[in-house]
Amino acid sequence: MKKTFSIGGVHPDDSKIAAGSKIEVLPLPKTVYISMIQHLGAPAKAVVAPGDRVRTGQVIGEPTGFISAYVHSSVTGTVKSVGLRKDLNGIPVVHVEIEVEPDEWMDGIDTTDTLVTDIPEDRQFILDRIKNNGVVGLGGATFPTHVKLCPPPDKKAECLILNGAECEPYLTSDYRIMLEKSEQIVVGAAIMKKVLGVSRAVIGIEENKPEAIAKMTETVSRLQSSAKGYDGIEVMTLKKKYPQGGEKQLIDAVMHRQVKSMGLPIDVGAVVQNVATSLAVYDAVQKNMPLISNTLTVTGNCLPADRQKNYMFRIGYPLSYIAEYNGGVPEAAAKIVSGGPMMGKAISNLDAATQKGSSSLLYLTEEQTARKSESNCIRCGKCAEACPMGLEPFLLNKLARNGMLEELEQNAVQDCIECGCCLYSCPANIPLLDMIRVAKGEVIRAMRARTAPKK
Amino acid sequence: MNKVLVSPSPHIHADISTARIMRDVVIALLPSVVVSILYYGWSSVMLLAVSVITCILVEYLVTRFLLKNPCTISDWSAAVTGVLLALNLPPACPWWVAMIGAIFAIGVVKMTFGGLGQNLFNPAIAARVFLLVSFPVAMTNWARPAGFLNVDATSGATLLGTVKEGLAKGDTLNQIFTANDFSYLQTLFVNIGGSAGEISALAILIGFVYLLARKVIRPHITLSIWATVIVFSGIFWLINPDQYTDPLFNLLTGGVLLGSVFMATDYVTSPMSTRGGIVFGVGIGLLTMLIRYFGSYPEGVSFAILIMNSVVPLINKAFKQKKYGRA
Amino acid sequence: MTTTIIWTIVAVTLLGLLLAVVLFLVAKKFKVEEDPRIDEVEKVMPGANCGGCGFAGCRAFAQACVNAPNLDNNFCPVGGNEVMKKVAAVLGMEVKEKAPMVAVVRCNGTCENRPKTNVYDGYRSCKVMAALYTGDTGCAYGCLGCGDCVAACQFGAISMDPETGLPVVDEEKCTGCGACAKACPKKVIELRNKGPKGRRVFVSCVNMEKGAAARKACKVACIGCGKCEKECPFGAITVEHNVAYIDFNKCKLCRKCVVVCPTGAIHDVNFPTPAPKPKPAAAPAKPAEPKAEAAAAPVSKPAPAKTEPAKPENKEE
Repeated sequence: MKKTFSIGGVHPDDSKIAAGSKIEVLPLPKTVYISMIQHLGAPAKAVVAPGDRVRTGQVIGEPTGFISAYVHSSVTGTVKSVGLRKDLNGIPVVHVEIEVEPDEWMDGIDTTDTLVTDIPEDRQFILDRIKNNGVVGLGGATFPTHVKLCPPPDKKAECLILNGAECEPYLTSDYRIMLEKSEQIVVGAAIMKKVLGVSRAVIGIEENKPEAIAKMTETVSRLQSSAKGYDGIEVMTLKKKYPQGGEKQLIDAVMHRQVKSMGLPIDVGAVVQNVATSLAVYDAVQKNMPLISNTLTVTGNCLPADRQKNYMFRIGYPLSYIAEYNGGVPEAAAKIVSGGPMMGKAISNLDAATQKGSSSLLYLTEEQTARKSESNCIRCGKCAEACPMGLEPFLLNKLARNGMLEELEQNAVQDCIECGCCLYSCPANIPLLDMIRVAKGEVIRAMRARTAPKK
Repeated sequence: MNKVLVSPSPHIHADISTARIMRDVVIALLPSVVVSILYYGWSSVMLLAVSVITCILVEYLVTRFLLKNPCTISDWSAAVTGVLLALNLPPACPWWVAMIGAIFAIGVVKMTFGGLGQNLFNPAIAARVFLLVSFPVAMTNWARPAGFLNVDATSGATLLGTVKEGLAKGDTLNQIFTANDFSYLQTLFVNIGGSAGEISALAILIGFVYLLARKVIRPHITLSIWATVIVFSGIFWLINPDQYTDPLFNLLTGGVLLGSVFMATDYVTSPMSTRGGIVFGVGIGLLTMLIRYFGSYPEGVSFAILIMNSVVPLINKAFKQKKYGRA
Repeated sequence: MTTTIIWTIVAVTLLGLLLAVVLFLVAKKFKVEEDPRIDEVEKVMPGANCGGCGFAGCRAFAQACVNAPNLDNNFCPVGGNEVMKKVAAVLGMEVKEKAPMVAVVRCNGTCENRPKTNVYDGYRSCKVMAALYTGDTGCAYGCLGCGDCVAACQFGAISMDPETGLPVVDEEKCTGCGACAKACPKKVIELRNKGPKGRRVFVSCVNMEKGAAARKACKVACIGCGKCEKECPFGAITVEHNVAYIDFNKCKLCRKCVVVCPTGAIHDVNFPTPAPKPKPAAAPAKPAEPKAEAAAAPVSKPAPAKTEPAKPENKEE
């Protein structure tokens, strides 16, 4: 019996059209724009000025708080400006604009392909490398990884879960790196296992990626027999169900434990990291390579088969540059999404630059994506059935539209993970999540405001 | 490329709509409709036509002129009510009864609450009960008009009615069954009497399987009604098989199948959560059997569903779904 | 038969008496002592329960008034000075007169002035839209046009103009409760002094982008050039974050700013005649009216003297 999470979930068509396309390295553009907000938490502070010459891998943004991260230059060149530029939502954010020249890497960065399987002994050394190389979670939330790997002393980690579920339809970047960079991912997992001091690490992969499961299983056993520090790593096949890759759902699927409301995974002894993060950890620790590149899928049903691609990009490439390189935005595309179709963001500004966490350029046609007009709720309960948190979206939506914050809190709106299952499955086309998401923000702010003065 | 669309996530939607669900219900009802037409002939066609057309017309008129809302007849829900109502009527009942029932179902039960999704009671069931108390003679005239399969019109009663009368006279069940030449095979294909929709258990079961396969309904409500009926009647039957009808008889005769598959599972008037649905189903099963065994009506499904409809809001409050991480 | 009737009557009577006693005791036990003046104050309130005063409804406001040492901090915007006088009379307190306020929409980004750059397809709520992104036009600060303000108004004083896509405030109905201003996630709506005979001058733009970018997004944006600031003889105008703001307490309604504004972002309403143009600037004075032109053009030929006072009122207010 394959494992999966216990409550709710939906089964969208997985549409992994780009799965067969090998990762291609994108050539350098003329100019890159590197955002200072590429992670959850406080924005980084730009430490370069116009006219400065920077090398690839050089720090150009420094963290400004406990939850914050370093930002590195992804190219060599001259800083042209440091100023506001619109991100993919049109919101002005500080970007460093760099005119690109041929690569000159910073000293100490190992740019060779040699696989390093020996794991450093010193825990602090590993953590410093992860922190100084600006590694953040690449599963979507971009939470700084070094913070997640240092649980508070009163909490004990028991299991590291590597998220290779890639449950979002269309996305294939995680799948490709699991095929093409399986060794690095497993080494990264062993490194994080070591830092956390846990004996068990589970790589969870959904059943619709049998090649990835086979490849990862083979890699794990090969490394276990040839090097030290790889015991306790296992590959687990998961049933295909969205949102398997949700942190709380994955913990439920793998460990059969549920994180309490407003709690953290560490409360039940779990630490979840994405496979792409594991790759970044490998690069950071074994190669001293900062997180300046990631894999991104360009896909969509309206894109010709030969243009379904997985690209290795560096941060700061304008999305429009990637789209152009791929052959332009297809005529039939009505919506361009960064990320998966269930949780990704619709792009209103294609001139925005890629970030550490960028995972896709997804083209959707009007027929696929346009919202249909809302009709009466028929109380079918399909939203409640689909909600992986066991909430009642139909009720939350009504309360949210009437601004009833107290009742919203009683009905656990704050537990919503914004996975979109409710809206996806509503036969009356009610935009449930739109309003619930906003209400969740309001309720959480109200809850924080209530607890803050006491502390 | 035109201007891009921008909206919050998710950006895709399941292939599902209210109209599709309602259309599926109509399709699931087709076997029963066919059986009723074959067996009851033109009178059944007439009832179906009057009921469906009236339902759709009333919904159109109310949305157009009274509520001034966008017209909702295209969502097929009025058609579902129309078919269900027709299948719930005795085949010999006059067409104007069906029409009054349809006006009541849509105009009063559904639209006064605000239309689809807002009504407390299942419109078809409420209309049936309304007709039963308003036109008791027409609604209990179980004469069987000539159909396409059986050419002769016959007078008769439903099995449940016959049993109830016989028991009241002091006969044992065995005597009644022999006198009426009853066999289970009959109930499966064509019952010996009853409203248009309940004469063939098989036709209803085909519809049930279709609804399950299309994921229109989940089986929990229907199954919990069946289970309750079987357990409850089983206990009484084991105690006194002469006085109390057996479980299979109770399941297959009367409106239990039609009610449990098509009426109790109505989204609008049934609880949301699985646990709530089971409580709802058990309630319907219990009430049905209590009315059948101890009430003055031979049949109790309509009343049972109606009564349980009225407590759905309470059930929804009391039996919520299990939430993640809130044991 | 007779005995049955008698017994029934007796039983029911006794039951009634018993329950009456129980009710009496319960009512006595759970009686809440309240200042009777709260009821009196509540009686003179408008009873809209709009929350414009900052309390949860009229009764809460009445309670607050009764408990407060003076009425300086409590004001019912809906009832205005008249109601406050009555409240003061009930409580025997003094009340300071306040100038009546009106909601002002500080955005003139009509479909024509501010072209759309994408199509919003989510739930039509400004709140949802604002949480998602900067909106469907090039301007990240202006009105989103989903009508949260319309929904928030309890007095039916705001409606969306389908042609401009902007909300229109009905001055007669607006009570100045401020619910719309609170509902607006972009803070486009502001409560401003109603002004003598409804005359007032305000900057109809809140775009904080630099001039060129603001102008690119919207023809009638305030570009923060500061001409109005220099022109104002009363120091009522300040330019901060590339956008001008007129302090309505200092503004004397001379309308010199209206004329110098190069983009027509400063609006004057309810004046009988258009703002007087300074003589030497006859030619460059043209920019003083793009607003009026934009307003009048689609409807009728621009006849500033007549349409101007009426038009902007409908349009901007």
